[in-house]
Amino acid sequence: MSVTITIKDLVKKYGDTTVIPELSLEIKKGEFFTLLGPSGCGKTTLLRMIAGFNSIEGGTINFNERVINQVEPGKRNIGMVFQSYAIFPHLTVKGNIAFGLENRKLSKAEISSKVDEILKVVQIEQYKDRMPKNLSGGQQQRVALARAIVIRPDVLLMDEPLSNLDAKLRVDMRNAIKDIQREVGITTVYVTHDQEEAMAVSDRIAVMKSGIIQHLGTPQEIYQRPANVFVATFIGRTNIIEGSLTRQASSYSLHFGSSYSEEISNIQLPVSNKQAELNVKISVRPEEFIITEDQTGMKATIVHSVFLGQNTHYFVDLESGQRVEITQESKTAQILEPGQIIYLKVKTDKINVYDATGELNYTRGDQL
Amino acid sequence: MKGTRKRFDVWTNISFLIFAFYILFLALPLFTMLFKSFYNGTTGDFSLAYFVKFFSKPYYTNALFNSIKVTVCVTALAAIIATPLAYIMATVKIKGNSTIRILILLSSMSAPFIGAYSWILLLGRSGVITKFVSNTFGITMPDIYGFTGILVVLTLQMVPLIFMYVSGALKNVDQSLMEAAESMGYSGFSKMRKVLLPLITPTLLAGGLLVFMRALADFGTPMLIGEGFKTVPVLIFNEFISEVGGDDGFAAAISVIVVLFATAIFLLQKFVANRKAFTMSALHPIEAKKKKGIGNIAAHAVIYLYTLIALLPQLYVIYTSFLKSNGRIFVDGFSLQSYRDAFNNIGGVITNTFFLAIVSLVVIILLAILIAYVTVRRKNALTNTLDIFTMFPYIVPGSILGIALLITFNNKPLAISGTALIMIISFVIRRLPYTIRSSAAILHQINDGIEEAAISLGASQMKTFFKITLPMMLAGVVSGAILSWITIITELSTSIILYTGKTKTVTVAIYTEVIRGNYGVAAALSTILTVITVVSLLVFLRLSGQKEVSL
Repeated sequence: MSVTITIKDLVKKYGDTTVIPELSLEIKKGEFFTLLGPSGCGKTTLLRMIAGFNSIEGGTINFNERVINQVEPGKRNIGMVFQSYAIFPHLTVKGNIAFGLENRKLSKAEISSKVDEILKVVQIEQYKDRMPKNLSGGQQQRVALARAIVIRPDVLLMDEPLSNLDAKLRVDMRNAIKDIQREVGITTVYVTHDQEEAMAVSDRIAVMKSGIIQHLGTPQEIYQRPANVFVATFIGRTNIIEGSLTRQASSYSLHFGSSYSEEISNIQLPVSNKQAELNVKISVRPEEFIITEDQTGMKATIVHSVFLGQNTHYFVDLESGQRVEITQESKTAQILEPGQIIYLKVKTDKINVYDATGELNYTRGDQL
Repeated sequence: MKGTRKRFDVWTNISFLIFAFYILFLALPLFTMLFKSFYNGTTGDFSLAYFVKFFSKPYYTNALFNSIKVTVCVTALAAIIATPLAYIMATVKIKGNSTIRILILLSSMSAPFIGAYSWILLLGRSGVITKFVSNTFGITMPDIYGFTGILVVLTLQMVPLIFMYVSGALKNVDQSLMEAAESMGYSGFSKMRKVLLPLITPTLLAGGLLVFMRALADFGTPMLIGEGFKTVPVLIFNEFISEVGGDDGFAAAISVIVVLFATAIFLLQKFVANRKAFTMSALHPIEAKKKKGIGNIAAHAVIYLYTLIALLPQLYVIYTSFLKSNGRIFVDGFSLQSYRDAFNNIGGVITNTFFLAIVSLVVIILLAILIAYVTVRRKNALTNTLDIFTMFPYIVPGSILGIALLITFNNKPLAISGTALIMIISFVIRRLPYTIRSSAAILHQINDGIEEAAISLGASQMKTFFKITLPMMLAGVVSGAILSWITIITELSTSIILYTGKTKTVTVAIYTEVIRGNYGVAAALSTILTVITVVSLLVFLRLSGQKEVSL
């Protein structure tokens, strides 16, 4: 019984400070939706407004047709997983999971069978009668998840559920969460500040900053065609290079400083813009650089290198003095030495070109 | 569009009820006292006459000066003795470490006047040690009465408090801070002065305040051992109780002066402490290490000697309780006569004490849980005021609260003076803070998310509280409740004002027997009280799983 969550012109204020100004958003039925952003961007605030733990100062939240602004958290039929897990320490695993069911006037036998069923789904049957303090972090996480979904909620809300786990377990658990969500098919809103985690689990991601959604899209869209420079720098690593763009007959010429230009076709300027030449910000991810063999392209000096196994990262200084990071697949040959001169080109189909303010992406996405 | 949650819920009603309780039994009595201090009963005028009287006669101002002198000296001396003790215990492995800590704690848990009377038996004009020294060496010991006596008794009583505070703070000092200081060339004394002392200063200020307030309020000690050296609580008691020329209004005026003074000190401490406050938590706490040679012997000697001196009065009282007595004089040989007398003549006081203490404790536990919850989880103007109210018992000395309650509830419609009810109310008001503090402390550690989880799963607020929050709070509530319990059964300064024949407690009985010179019976009752205290303390340590008590 998943629902569609429709958020319209939502406002959150603490006193005179507006944390979320007029935010609108639709989360589809059964979707795994992630709110991603740096700390203080309003993502947890928004999640807690959906849960009912934060008041709403303007706008509406709908679960399907029903406006839930005034509905008590306990009556919204939500399942919530907390950053701290919020496992009841004085109840057993079974007691924790059954807690929500006991508020729903079910028979003992029904509760017991539902608990057993969900324990199987999250794969912790053997810990049924343990006290929480005897569980590892990952197991506690599974209890928290089981407790939230056993009540068959309309919406599953997760607030940074993996941030207290170590790196390896975090990867295991995010896969488990994704699998379980797919299996039970609940509309899920997930909050995280970890962009890799967000990309791994989400159907769609909303990247937030200062209470405003900067980019809403699939993980692929967000990584490859970030809506603005903030999103480009927040998701993955990138180098922002100042450059300019001039119109050609049927395409555009993109200039990186004075010595290097590329022809680029997948550019769409706003119709109102009639300028022949404009200053732009070019976002080039480290893997979007090519080291040329024939000394064409931008001249750069190696500063230092980091060997990471599969890839080798180089930090290089361009002629303009700007330091950029480039990634190359590691070769068996010698790693390039500091001081060595190299020449760089970019993969024109992958890079992104923004206006001078960094707010508008001129690059079209359809030629990926 | 309004907020999605109703802020006016069942907890608001509870807050209002508790607020009403405090208005009636704390604010109203204090206000009445203030009123009486300006009001002349015979002429019906309002004037500053009582205050003028106080400040114009050296007899009264001397008492105030004496109180300040005693309080300041006791606080300073207690800090000077307690800090090195705590440091030694934290850094040197002492044999019987946890037993020593419990014994030191125990030495602070009897009523101070019992220490006073025991020191009189030991060092008084015909004290055992005094006689021994003068018979053997022909030396006359210095006088224990007056300022010296009060200073000795109260300091020994207060050292454990600061000792526990500082021990707690030392536990939060990271070893690496000490090592960092050493790596930068500080060692020994300069390391302590430059690094350790500043780190424990906030704790010393907090402990110092507690000691200051207790020393200022103490009535039994100066009454017994002070002789000519009068302090303000003695003055107030005499003015209020005295058969001839007792004057409620004047006693009220002196009380107002004391409360204002105490409030000023309290605010000053808060001001200083806030500027020095910081939080510490140690990843690698300082560890007690095994020392060798002279240092080790010296450390053990200091700790053992202090513990012995601190416990000496109680041990001697226990010893005398088994002595044969002839009238008021102890004679050779042992007997249980004192215990028989205690049970036969005034056995009722033990039942009284248990009845009053248990009823008070039940009320305390109930109120403390609710107050802790509303002040921690439902912060608003009302609960903030409530929070301030609950701190008042720290500032208002027990005898003053007793007088305030008595003058307020002496007449209809609320004539409850002389009943068990007024005793219970005074115990509740005065001993609630211990349980509130420990309950609130544990509540701060319980993540908000736990309650939200329960609510998101469909539990009501009440169900969430009783099924989730309360079970998790219980350990903190119990540990605070046992402290409340121990301090109720050893309470003197309020009970001495409020008791009647029917509501006489063990502590009051000990006091009156000491005054009458029935040392045997007093010793027997003290021993019984000590046993109850020790048992309670052991139960506390067992239940809380701790090795020490934090106040």
